[in-house]
Amino acid sequence: MRSLIDIIDLSVEEIDSLITTANDIIANPDKYCEKCNRKKLATLFFEPSTRTRLSFEAAMLELGGSVIGFSGADSSSSAKGESVSDTVRTVGCYADIIAMRHPKEGAPMIASMRSSVPIINAGDGGHNHPTQTLADLLTIQREKGHFDHLTVGLCGDLKFGRTVHSLIHALSRYEGVQFIMISPDELKIPDYIVHELETAGIPYTETRSLEEAMPHLDILYMTRVQRERFFNEADYIRLKDSYVLTPEKLTPAKRDLSILHPLPRVNEISVAVDNDPRACYFKQVLNGKFIRMALILKLLGVE
Amino acid sequence: MKIDSIKNGIVIDHIRAGKGMELYHFLHLDNLDCSIALIKNVPSKKLGKKDIIKVDTDLQLNLDILGYIDPGVTINIIKNGERVEKFHPQLPERLTNIIQCKNPRCITSVEQEIPHIFKLSDRENGVYRCIYCESKAKG
Repeated sequence: MRSLIDIIDLSVEEIDSLITTANDIIANPDKYCEKCNRKKLATLFFEPSTRTRLSFEAAMLELGGSVIGFSGADSSSSAKGESVSDTVRTVGCYADIIAMRHPKEGAPMIASMRSSVPIINAGDGGHNHPTQTLADLLTIQREKGHFDHLTVGLCGDLKFGRTVHSLIHALSRYEGVQFIMISPDELKIPDYIVHELETAGIPYTETRSLEEAMPHLDILYMTRVQRERFFNEADYIRLKDSYVLTPEKLTPAKRDLSILHPLPRVNEISVAVDNDPRACYFKQVLNGKFIRMALILKLLGVE
Repeated sequence: MKIDSIKNGIVIDHIRAGKGMELYHFLHLDNLDCSIALIKNVPSKKLGKKDIIKVDTDLQLNLDILGYIDPGVTINIIKNGERVEKFHPQLPERLTNIIQCKNPRCITSVEQEIPHIFKLSDRENGVYRCIYCESKAKG
């Protein structure tokens, strides 16, 4: 029995195998529609989420399984003071696999240490969100056909954005990948990630200008610049629009650029970009469901 | 001040002055009933001043943990009044319940029964990270 807590728990080969399964599910959905008959997924969402929970639930339902669970700590026994360990031991008596979102960092890891069934981390605070990274990777693979030798632009909040950190860790393992970090000084990538990139000899550049980076990019991964991250309102107002992607800003971009965003977006990608064939963020949502299907199959040991 | 040399046991030398009592408690030496000397502020060529601990019994201690508390210490193992081994402790790979995670967003901040475990993530700079939230340990 294995759990997925951090994207680096999966080897490159395992990620490749999940992507292969997900692509097969997309091509032959009927083949998979009864694979999880009589199996139950419990979605334990200690904080509310729309897309991730629904994505997991849709994934299990499409595999022929069923879903139990809760959304919001108020409706669980954690409101009575129950520990995460006790909750997962209890739920493990009812379900075959658990997807957990928790506001505290490390909660899914504790759960995996105590649980009798596999745990999938569906987001723990600002820490890890490995299934989002799997959705990102499946999208990149489907759009580009490979991961090697890509120039990946990461734009917006690179300091607190957990999806960005996980994606860097995942893509760093492929040959020739280089990163362009596009952010205001206030939201630059943390030093420890820079240190990891330098130690591993992975090329990266940092810039404040999205326009400057645009012509070089194969992938543009947008994130939201959040008001609450700034110390003063003036800085936020000065910077927020520099990272709004518009059709004009895409003019110098490559014709085969792929634009990703973990969503939800606020205003950082203009809706006018949605019809551009390079916009992949809604495909990314759909891919998220397929890769979660592949992951559920793998963790349940279903052939 | 004269303190007798020991027969069988451990001498922890080159402890940073003032750290001796911390190490004493840390190693739970107060639970032992053998002779123990904690000598503070001994003149030292290397450090100016140092603390020394002498424990006159053959005991098993997790000495690597000392490498985390005070990386400069020297451990001398004494058998039959002779020094048979001298070494500097390494930074341990894991620290369990030695330091507390200070990250208020970490699961350890709300669930009291969870052991606080830190992993060595950068030996060169002595950086430890919480295994749950990956926050850097703060000394």
